[in-house]
Amino acid sequence: MSAPALTAKQPKTFAFTADNLETAKKVIAKYPQHREASAVIPLLQLAQAQHDNWLPVAAMDVVAEMLEMPRVRVYEVASFYTMFNRAPVGKYLLQVCTTTPCWLRGSDDIKHVCKSKLGITDGETSSDGLFTMMEVECLGACVNAPMVQINDDYYEDLTAANFTTICDELAAGKTPSIGSQTGRQGSYPLNAAKKAG
Amino acid sequence: MLAEKDKVFTNLYGFDDWKLEGARKRGVWSNTKELLALGQAKIIDEVKNSGLRGRGGAGFSTGMKWSFMPQKSNGPSDRPHYLVVNADESEPGTCKDRDIIRFDPHRLLEGIVCGAFAINAHASYIYIRGEFVNEAKNMQIAIDEAYAAGLIGKNACGSGWDIDVYLHRGAGAYICGEESALLESLEGKKGQPRNKPPFPANAGLYANPTTVNNVETIAVVPEILRRGAAWFASMGREKNAGNKIYCISGHVNQPCNVEEAMSIPMKELIEKYAGGVRGGWDNLLAVIPGGSSTPLLPREICDTVLMDFDSLKAVQSGLGTAGLIVMDKSTDLIYAIARLSRFYMHESCGQCTPCREGTGWMYRMMLRMVRGNAKLEEIDMLIDVTREIEGHTICAHGDAAGWPIQGLIRHFRPMVEQRILDYRKQAA
Repeated sequence: MSAPALTAKQPKTFAFTADNLETAKKVIAKYPQHREASAVIPLLQLAQAQHDNWLPVAAMDVVAEMLEMPRVRVYEVASFYTMFNRAPVGKYLLQVCTTTPCWLRGSDDIKHVCKSKLGITDGETSSDGLFTMMEVECLGACVNAPMVQINDDYYEDLTAANFTTICDELAAGKTPSIGSQTGRQGSYPLNAAKKAG
Repeated sequence: MLAEKDKVFTNLYGFDDWKLEGARKRGVWSNTKELLALGQAKIIDEVKNSGLRGRGGAGFSTGMKWSFMPQKSNGPSDRPHYLVVNADESEPGTCKDRDIIRFDPHRLLEGIVCGAFAINAHASYIYIRGEFVNEAKNMQIAIDEAYAAGLIGKNACGSGWDIDVYLHRGAGAYICGEESALLESLEGKKGQPRNKPPFPANAGLYANPTTVNNVETIAVVPEILRRGAAWFASMGREKNAGNKIYCISGHVNQPCNVEEAMSIPMKELIEKYAGGVRGGWDNLLAVIPGGSSTPLLPREICDTVLMDFDSLKAVQSGLGTAGLIVMDKSTDLIYAIARLSRFYMHESCGQCTPCREGTGWMYRMMLRMVRGNAKLEEIDMLIDVTREIEGHTICAHGDAAGWPIQGLIRHFRPMVEQRILDYRKQAA
């Protein structure tokens, strides 16, 4: 139920791409002078996105240098926030919400699909390296429960059946439609007649 | 019941265009310049008189909070002021700010212009939870549109007031919804709450005067100024004024978000909008009325209780964020609460010993209660632990961790005792 622990196998170096360096500059400019440390989370996010969705120590060091922060201050940020993965994760990171509102609507079924279909439980990666499963705390989509976040996207109103389909499509390299899997719009009452107009 | 014409969040479900053009059709940005022409004092007065109380959970008077900011008339203050919008929505059961951000972001931006002007701020940060990636994309598009149209930035809406708005994404930490932890995080640190005083109005972001407001709070401000304090105060009961977005999750036939008036009876809210409790009202076991930290209420209380701050406080619970978690009779209520204990354990920032250690104690005891593998006197011991944490920590996380357990024991003690007796019988 938390981000993978720091891995021992670390790349020696990390460098932002030229595009990301430009983006980083724009991000840093959002904050007042001498308050550049405010950009630490956005820059770590940028680094993680560039590095297959996990954050090596070398990237933390690069960010520390860019923001003129002691390295340890960056390390403690990277380890405090759950969205920083400090070890490799699968191509698809399945963050399965199991907090009470999702549990009440069947998040156990979703966990079961992960176990029976993909062979993974909390913190594990499937043998083909495609899927990593994490049990996470409330993701703030409770009226569309149960739900799973896969990489950046929310998949909502899940059942064992439609979640299985989503996994199949991902494994086949397709892009399943995001959001509610029952086709409802946003948080409009589930199963209600579609609003006219 | 809230009349259609009194609704503020007219694109709550995203049926209509969420971008600038659509927002303008819904009346957003229609006369922002005139609203600012009311002047700072008048704006703060209107918001005070409207009775608007913070929608993030604590329910403090918004106008009052703004009035704590240092005034220009009290002497020259050359320190910059900040308006920080708390969009770190993470309270289990709550998913309302998400809908405002993804489907009506301009309404929030117009509120930011009004709020920032009222408190003398030229810069505003929206702190959005990191997991809301797509919501953040919409928000950023709206910010870019508003800059391009001259609605924010230099001379916002032609008012003569400069206001820069920046979006800042978090990275996964419930505690950053606590305002001082949010400010720490925004400064680039671990999100650990600060000791208060000083309060943010005196020393907030970068030690400068800062007001932190919830998304829903800020987003209703322009409508209050447009339609007047009396209009807003006319909805709901006295001291519980206005409209509210309710999130109804759990064992209902049609889980949904809905905007209604404050003080609507809980039963009416659930039956009218969420399609009723699964299996009918008589199948209701308990409702957590306002997000995970508010103590649950058994059916007898749900029959009559009103959804507002004072009514829910009177039954030893709270309105919180107005996220209702409905549980029918099939629920293992002890597990439902134990799962919340795990949530609080996971999200404790680790700064204060009573919370860091106590949330773990409570979770482990609750796990034994789920199985019944406990002594009867341990129920009182568990309550003791919650009381020992309560009030002994820097922020309210420790308190909030204990409240769900207190609610369970208060209303369902016989159920917990029975579980223990059953376990003993089986073991014998």
